[in-house]
Amino acid sequence: MTYHVLSLLVEDKPGLLTRVAGLFARRGFNIRSLAVGTTEVEGLSRITVVVEVEGLPLEQITKQLNKLINVLKIVELDPASSVQREHMLIKVRVDNATRSQILEATNLFRARVVDVATDSLVIEVTGDTAKVEALLRVLEPYGIKEIAQSGLLAIGRGSKSISERVLKN
Amino acid sequence: MLTGSGAILASLERLGITDVFGLPGGAIMPFYDELMASTAIRHILVRHEQGAGHAAEGYAAASGRLGVCIATSGPGATNLVTAIADAHMDSVPLLAITGQVFSTSMGTDAFQEVDITGITMPITKHSFLVTKPEDIPGVIAAAVHIATSGRPGPVLVDVTKDAQQKSAPFIWPPKVELPGYRPVTKAHGKQIQAAAQLLVESRKPVLYVGGGVIRSGAHRELLAFAEATGAPVVTTLMARGAFPDSHQQNLGMPGMHGTVPAVLSLQESDLLVAIGSRFDDRVTGKVSEFAPHAKVIHIDIDPAEIGKIRHADVPIVGDAREVLLDLLPAFRAAAKEHAPDYADWWKRLETLRSQYPLGYTDDPDDGLLAPQWVIEKIGELSGPEAVYAAGVGQHQMWAAQFIKYERPGAWLNSGGAGTMGYAVPAAMGAKVAQPDRLVWAIDGDGCFQMTNQELATCTINDIPIKVAIINNSSLGMVRQWQTLFYDGRHSFTDLETGSKSADEQTRMVPDFVKMADAYGALGIRVTKPEEVEPAIKLAIETNDRPVVIDFIVSRDAMVWPMVPQGVGNSSVQYARDHAPDWHEE
Repeated sequence: MTYHVLSLLVEDKPGLLTRVAGLFARRGFNIRSLAVGTTEVEGLSRITVVVEVEGLPLEQITKQLNKLINVLKIVELDPASSVQREHMLIKVRVDNATRSQILEATNLFRARVVDVATDSLVIEVTGDTAKVEALLRVLEPYGIKEIAQSGLLAIGRGSKSISERVLKN
Repeated sequence: MLTGSGAILASLERLGITDVFGLPGGAIMPFYDELMASTAIRHILVRHEQGAGHAAEGYAAASGRLGVCIATSGPGATNLVTAIADAHMDSVPLLAITGQVFSTSMGTDAFQEVDITGITMPITKHSFLVTKPEDIPGVIAAAVHIATSGRPGPVLVDVTKDAQQKSAPFIWPPKVELPGYRPVTKAHGKQIQAAAQLLVESRKPVLYVGGGVIRSGAHRELLAFAEATGAPVVTTLMARGAFPDSHQQNLGMPGMHGTVPAVLSLQESDLLVAIGSRFDDRVTGKVSEFAPHAKVIHIDIDPAEIGKIRHADVPIVGDAREVLLDLLPAFRAAAKEHAPDYADWWKRLETLRSQYPLGYTDDPDDGLLAPQWVIEKIGELSGPEAVYAAGVGQHQMWAAQFIKYERPGAWLNSGGAGTMGYAVPAAMGAKVAQPDRLVWAIDGDGCFQMTNQELATCTINDIPIKVAIINNSSLGMVRQWQTLFYDGRHSFTDLETGSKSADEQTRMVPDFVKMADAYGALGIRVTKPEEVEPAIKLAIETNDRPVVIDFIVSRDAMVWPMVPQGVGNSSVQYARDHAPDWHEE
């Protein structure tokens, strides 16, 4: 499966998310993750979407998205020229025997413990997809009780910004 | 200061809207109260909101102007949905204005509340929900701009009742900011050069012309370009009339029920010049087998159409008219260096044309009228200046095949959506837009029963359309497929409106002549060949009321040629079990 990370600069209008999500659904494009938030410009939001591309040109996705009136700009962010981060909260089972091993793994991944109970820990981790998945693999044998994951966030490296370019036009 | 509803009206008037179709209800009453006083805008009260939608479509398709329809919230709005979807598929500039419940009641399942912007999101070019009166002028102006520019399409504006009632300063022209909407109309020069070069180098080009040429008003430029190149032209169902049928270079309609020369010209071509066409499945048949040897130049104002179905060797994003204007001199320049030679190609095409002309059986075994002949006669007696709006099914295909179209806007139909019931309201809309033209609805007995209530609208508002019901007493196209692909098992396609044969009448429920009479229209029944011409002539002469002619035709007549669904176009059947012998070269 091939994934692409698209960064959409959109006008913050009612129903915008429905328009984008609906377009993906009816055109048969699969969303792997979605993150929506504000930007540095009032009235504009950013949607970071990771799409599965299989037998379907990415071009068709971006062209259809571009037809949405409230979508201002679409940029594909490739891993080499962008910073990509996921955020995950992991509730893992612990006992006296496993606690120190889990804390060690947490430190190795530069993750943080944010909640402690006698039989569980909640670990917060931020990183690219590979790092987050690797930590999960390490914790798996101890028993993962629950996870909550954000959509991928991504931003281009260097001084250029997408909204700057759009607003200049 | 104006009320929101006053602002809707003032905005429409300032945008030059002169005709609207609609039906009032609770949530749109403030606007209707304003509309009553307008002298600039003619409102036509329909009998069903779907009729308003298709009338606005017919109005737009015949004239090239924006069509406007109005409905109340809830079921009023949902009744517009079919027409909005239809306009979306066929790129018709349509503005739909709907009332919405009070903004304070929204989300509470209030009486006649539906989320119409949500419902129509996938079938509109854009939609707006307005809850404040001060937003109205800007939204109406933006909606009209979006609907009519770029690739045209339907735009819905949903206005809450409180936004209609409250007042705000009316500022005109409003500030319209659409930073995410900038259609490209002028093509890239490099692509134009590349296209011209491919064209002069090709041996077997075809201009594959779609409805975009009509929407863009590019028919003159197309004619000039086609004549300069000498290349053959095919006009899709949506493009009938974009290029004159009488022109020697016109091979007719391609696709499932296209002419053999048009279908096979695409199959054998080495270069398709697609102009405002979108490689619809009814044109391509099985895509992997479509035009297998052809390179593609794809001209379209919608970048998303290019490469969607078929790879384009030379993609050209732009308005068909502007692109053709640029392409003509580029072609001439390229032809000076390298004169194209299409003589062998034409020889081949002329052979196909003489071997496989469009035809039909003019004396069906059942003794009933041949529907194709009836439709051909209507076209002959009414001429190219008339407007022909069709329903969907066999009669639509025959009307596309056997009426000669010489100008854009003469042929109106539901091509993409295939909406039964389009004809009567669309003809009504066309007649409102162009009152001096003779306007026919070529309809089926099934289609007619879906929207014939608008005959009341036509009679009362003095809109004298002519309706030709091609009455085969069945859902004819479905019946044809049942005959061909379901072992002749005619499952639920018998409508009992006409005759099974010359000797066996069905119940005739309803009796269309009585129905016409009940609506104040002139009703004529035609069962014999000698009655056909006099009836059509009487219809043409009758202009004090609508006319309905009930042509009782053979139910076994079929649409030919045909490419069965799911196979390549090279499997085109000229008539039943008769494939053209085309592999000779």
